[in-house]
Amino acid sequence: MSPTKDSPARDDRDEDPAFAAIEGDDDAIDPESVTGAGDSGPSRPAISGHARKGRVAADDGEPGDGLRTDGAGGSVSEFEQMADVSLSETERRRQWFEEKILAPARIVWDDWRARFGVVVVTFYLLMGTVGLQLVAEPSPNQGPLLVGAFRTLQYPLGTTASGTDIMSQIVYSTPTMLIMITSGAVFTVVLGTVTGTLAGYKGGRTDSVLMTISDVMMTIPGLPLTIVLATALSINGNPVVIGVLITVNAWAGLARAIRSQVLTLRDAEYVEASRIMGIGTPKIIASDIIPNLMPYISMNFVRQARAVIFGAVGLYFLGVLPYNSNNWGVMMNAAVNRAGATSSPAAFHWLLVPMVTIIVLALGLTLLAQGADRVFNPRVRARHAKTVEDDGDEEGDGGGPGGATSAATGGI
Amino acid sequence: MSYVLKRIGQSILTVFVVVSGSFGLIRLLPGGPMDYLRAQMIQQGGSSMTMAEINQRIAAQTNIAVEEPVYVQYFDYMTAILSGDFGRSIWFEQPVASIIGPAIPWTVFLTASALFLAFVVGVSLGAVMAYKEGSTFDLTSTGVGLVLNSTPGYVVALLFVAYLGYRYQIFPTGGRYNSAIDPGFSAPFLLSVLKHGALPIASMAVVGFGGWALSMRGNSIRVLGEDYLRVARLRGLSTRRIALRYVARNAILPMYTGLMIAIGTVFGGAVIIENIFAYPGVGFYLITAIEARDYPLMMGGFILITVAMVIGITIADLTYGMLDPRAKGGASRESY
Repeated sequence: MSPTKDSPARDDRDEDPAFAAIEGDDDAIDPESVTGAGDSGPSRPAISGHARKGRVAADDGEPGDGLRTDGAGGSVSEFEQMADVSLSETERRRQWFEEKILAPARIVWDDWRARFGVVVVTFYLLMGTVGLQLVAEPSPNQGPLLVGAFRTLQYPLGTTASGTDIMSQIVYSTPTMLIMITSGAVFTVVLGTVTGTLAGYKGGRTDSVLMTISDVMMTIPGLPLTIVLATALSINGNPVVIGVLITVNAWAGLARAIRSQVLTLRDAEYVEASRIMGIGTPKIIASDIIPNLMPYISMNFVRQARAVIFGAVGLYFLGVLPYNSNNWGVMMNAAVNRAGATSSPAAFHWLLVPMVTIIVLALGLTLLAQGADRVFNPRVRARHAKTVEDDGDEEGDGGGPGGATSAATGGI
Repeated sequence: MSYVLKRIGQSILTVFVVVSGSFGLIRLLPGGPMDYLRAQMIQQGGSSMTMAEINQRIAAQTNIAVEEPVYVQYFDYMTAILSGDFGRSIWFEQPVASIIGPAIPWTVFLTASALFLAFVVGVSLGAVMAYKEGSTFDLTSTGVGLVLNSTPGYVVALLFVAYLGYRYQIFPTGGRYNSAIDPGFSAPFLLSVLKHGALPIASMAVVGFGGWALSMRGNSIRVLGEDYLRVARLRGLSTRRIALRYVARNAILPMYTGLMIAIGTVFGGAVIIENIFAYPGVGFYLITAIEARDYPLMMGGFILITVAMVIGITIADLTYGMLDPRAKGGASRESY
């Protein structure tokens, strides 16, 4: 409704919600309050790249100090003028902390989905670290055979056909899975981002070569490729290698999506300014383009993490990946193949527990991705708000890659 | 037209890359499949087999004659595969093509039905959710969609096998059709095919439709706020026309890209699903081959899965160009 809704201020995506939240507005990311904040809210110090430069020069004891007194003969040109107010180092640090950490954290906590995601992911992280100290290592004949779940306090999740405590198996599988997830997600995101930005920014021949490569990679079925590679390369169960192997061609889809985002950025004024100033391509990509893609990249990091869980557990379940430690997929495999968990109710909990473990982690990651989306991108929240009356500047933002990625998550 | 040609060229390139890659995997890896095959032959034949005989058997199985220079081996391998000769399976002792060839239609049947079901159900549900945005129905469906979206297909498949297959015995737990019925276009046979396919298809579709519903919901809500919709209302167009021609069309089109990625994940996921349901499709044979270390069958299965997928994606891509005039591709951009 409001005509000011799409004022340029909204383009500084990660600053606006942050500021609004600092003001204590709990429903921070509503675009109305974001743009309206300037007139009504308490005065807030402007922190931007340019302002900081000014401040550094004005700091005491800086070499720039001398320079300033030189030119301060009364006619300071507006290019040399320094900021009147300067912040001390601690003040600046505190402000940075509030702006970059505290405010996003508050926004995340504000949204129930993101809160759920954070809690779940933290829980799994703790399980993979502290949990190892609290729970005894799994071994055969720890307890009676095939105790059902929630029957005894000693074996809360039951035991397997060989009397191994299922809970300790679950806990001891976590570190490997976390390593696998991280390596796979990092690999995809780094390779996808580099390829996508380079192709989108450079255009021309670079673009067509890189995009042909990623189109080819994208059309190769990922899971079968992983299976074939894992068998032919005869890798041992190193979780880092397996994580990379599972996402071996997932970077291609990400590169495509990132490229289309870069296409909307490459002709922005500030990018053009950098180009005219003769700044090199790597520097422009790193400091002008990538920061704008961060929301997208972080969201995809989480999505890839989930894809690794699905793929890894599935392939371990099939028994085609090598392993040398506990693993949720291996547990499921043992439950089905050794105890016939699908046909006998007595062993069903053995299968069900790892399943629930996977689903909860995946759900946590999904919700975390949505939360990340909200932190970075106020428009998404606006879009989901009840009275959406969009003024239609969403072309590059909404449909294409967003639809593609969320649909792609349904697979496997 | 040039776009169509370019797209087809790209698909051919993909297949070419995959086949070349499979040659590299078999032939060039130290300690890889080739060495394994040779060791196996020596073990089987003992001292009675000469090196020449072993090489001959390997050549029959993999289409690679070891004595030739590498480029000749490569050329022979590529031409053999182009002519449909994928070598001989060690485990089944049959040509790979005659094992996997008949399995392809079944895998395509599973994945295409699952994709279609998930898409249709998901999109309709998403549209209704967007229409009733904020209602209890919307909230519940969003919740269910999120959970389904976070569930891997094989988990659903295992639950289906356990409950509908074993416990209540409503659906069979393996095979493509009842082997007591003669294959043919008869009602009992088709019914049996549907019954055997129902659970695999359902387990792939169920996890897919949550994602479709959520993205359709998001897209519809976005479209609902667009200016052209306000104009359409002001022009007094009928609700039906607005819903179908304006909202649905503009909300579905962006999801078409997702369809292509979905083809990939569904095809990949079919490998696991087929094994859970013991459904003899390409993925089933792929895993059988890996368990038996049957490299010719494994590579043949992989190549054919890729080809099937490439065809699927190419068709999706080409029809997309027809549906959406904006998706022309090949924009002439300035290069820096």
